[in-house]
Amino acid sequence: MALVAPADARNAVDLALRGRKRQVGGMLFRFGLLATLLLALAILLVLLVTTLADAWPVLTDRALDFVKSDTSSLAERAGVWQGLVGSLILTGFVAAIALPIGIAAAIYLQEYARDTRTSRILIANIRNLAGVPSVVYGILGLVIFVQAMRAITGPGSSGRSYVSGGLTLAVLVMPIVILITMEALRAVPASIREGAYAVGATRWEVVRSHVLPYAAPGIFTGAILALARAFGETAPLLLVGAVQGYISTPSGRTPLEILQGPYTALPTQIFAWAKLPAGDWQSNTAAAIIVLLVAILLVNFLAILLRNRYERTW
Amino acid sequence: MSATATTPRTVTLELMRGSRRRHRKERLVRVFFLSAAALGLVISLAIVLALVEQAIRWLFDIDLGWLWTEGWFPRADEFDLLTILAGTVMIAVIAMLVATPLGLGAAAYLSEYATSRMRRTLKPILETLASIPSVVLGYFALQWINPELVRKIFGSAGTFNYLAAGLAVGILTIPLVASVAEDALHAVPQALREGAYGIGARRKTVTTRVVFPAAVSGVVASLILGFSRAVGETMVVAIAAGATSGSLRTFNPLEGGQTMTGAISSLAIGSDQVRGSGFAFDALYFVGLLLFAITFLLNVVSERFVRRVRSRY
Repeated sequence: MALVAPADARNAVDLALRGRKRQVGGMLFRFGLLATLLLALAILLVLLVTTLADAWPVLTDRALDFVKSDTSSLAERAGVWQGLVGSLILTGFVAAIALPIGIAAAIYLQEYARDTRTSRILIANIRNLAGVPSVVYGILGLVIFVQAMRAITGPGSSGRSYVSGGLTLAVLVMPIVILITMEALRAVPASIREGAYAVGATRWEVVRSHVLPYAAPGIFTGAILALARAFGETAPLLLVGAVQGYISTPSGRTPLEILQGPYTALPTQIFAWAKLPAGDWQSNTAAAIIVLLVAILLVNFLAILLRNRYERTW
Repeated sequence: MSATATTPRTVTLELMRGSRRRHRKERLVRVFFLSAAALGLVISLAIVLALVEQAIRWLFDIDLGWLWTEGWFPRADEFDLLTILAGTVMIAVIAMLVATPLGLGAAAYLSEYATSRMRRTLKPILETLASIPSVVLGYFALQWINPELVRKIFGSAGTFNYLAAGLAVGILTIPLVASVAEDALHAVPQALREGAYGIGARRKTVTTRVVFPAAVSGVVASLILGFSRAVGETMVVAIAAGATSGSLRTFNPLEGGQTMTGAISSLAIGSDQVRGSGFAFDALYFVGLLLFAITFLLNVVSERFVRRVRSRY
């Protein structure tokens, strides 16, 4: 490190070696590569700006009213409240099921399992599950949660309930949670484990008091991203029967009745609206997208902040 | 030394074993973690069983000639596989035409050119792009990509077409390709780069002639994974490709039509699923199995490529 010359001296040497010629080809290549990233940024900006422009009439005229209104067949009355609540309930379900099981599975695979054929097959299998298209999980949810387990998931709603939707999404993000957690555990250096073993800790004590605290920021960031993914997921919900049109939410139901009842979600609502004829519905769709993006981008921003703050290298 | 000498304790086997409570706890925790991990296996078995059983039943029920007709019209008992396969391949190829240069370019810049501070500002762009839900890209394809790009260039394109949907799927695929490829480029040992610099190579030469060839397996894996992701993308297709209940067989990306994922989603939400032909709705299990098999195969192949990089360095 100490041998690195100051920047201007390095430039001078560089130029002298090249005969004072700039490397045009090299610079073009470099800017070409940078341009690919800038193009991705540009796409992102165009997407946000055009959607915001489409949504402008709704957002300025009835911002709060739009967020707090229920679904309706009239464009000027429809809002995203039910979808928003539905998505939050579904995400809560995913958090309650996929996170504990996923993290536990990752701890087993990374900390307990020896490197045998079986464990290698199990890991490869989970990696493959992470790459299975989300519609396929929808079919799984349809066969198992909606049809086979109808009596539990929703006796009154022919199985098309929060429970079915939430379980399907939980199964969908579990492999992602496992892979991210394994990555975070792998980053904890072996010396930290060995230190704990040396004073006589059992494996579980090592994991709980030494490995998990160090891996926690990574696991937490991954968990947030997985939940954001579940929040925006649409395709599987189409198969497990999220309601696309009007949905009535009578008051006075017990929490269990609500969970076993019909449901809708924000992305499903966006899909249903996007197919309606242009005009009023287009601004509604765009406004619903803005609501969805604000939620997801906020969560993502939080995750990136967390990671940058707690990231450490050994 | 001290006046109060402790009575010497003989170390017994019992003492070495430690407390029985800790052992029991250890075993319990282990069983809990193991069963969580085993759930992964159960889920994949459940997927395969759910799909295979229903798909085979459907295949036995229908007339196999229905799988080769002039188009995909489930309600008229026409389940032309070539129609939805061609649509899927068109979408995926168009998507890779977008995602390959942009994803690999971004990966090469991040891995070979960017300083760690630049990485910290540039990487969130890709991460943000990765977090955008696919319904949103579907809307974007329908409301912006198609009217502002596709139809300005190709006047003959319709409101719904494969090209616009494919471009949007490509945008969705960029972050995946970029991150897998960047990992592969990053894994190339520094010594290879230094060797090349040592004999006077420039950074561009090092990137294209040394790092890329060394990481080629991982780069190929990133492209296969991207392709697999594009094949399985549903919402963009359902919104922007014109995937309504039926479509004629076409190989023209400027027309609208059906894909495998589109067929599944439109069968699932079709309001006349029960009243239509009895075979229409159950077709989605067969298409789902086909989709699962194709993406599974692609993922296994890409895993092979990734492992080759890992074992070499």
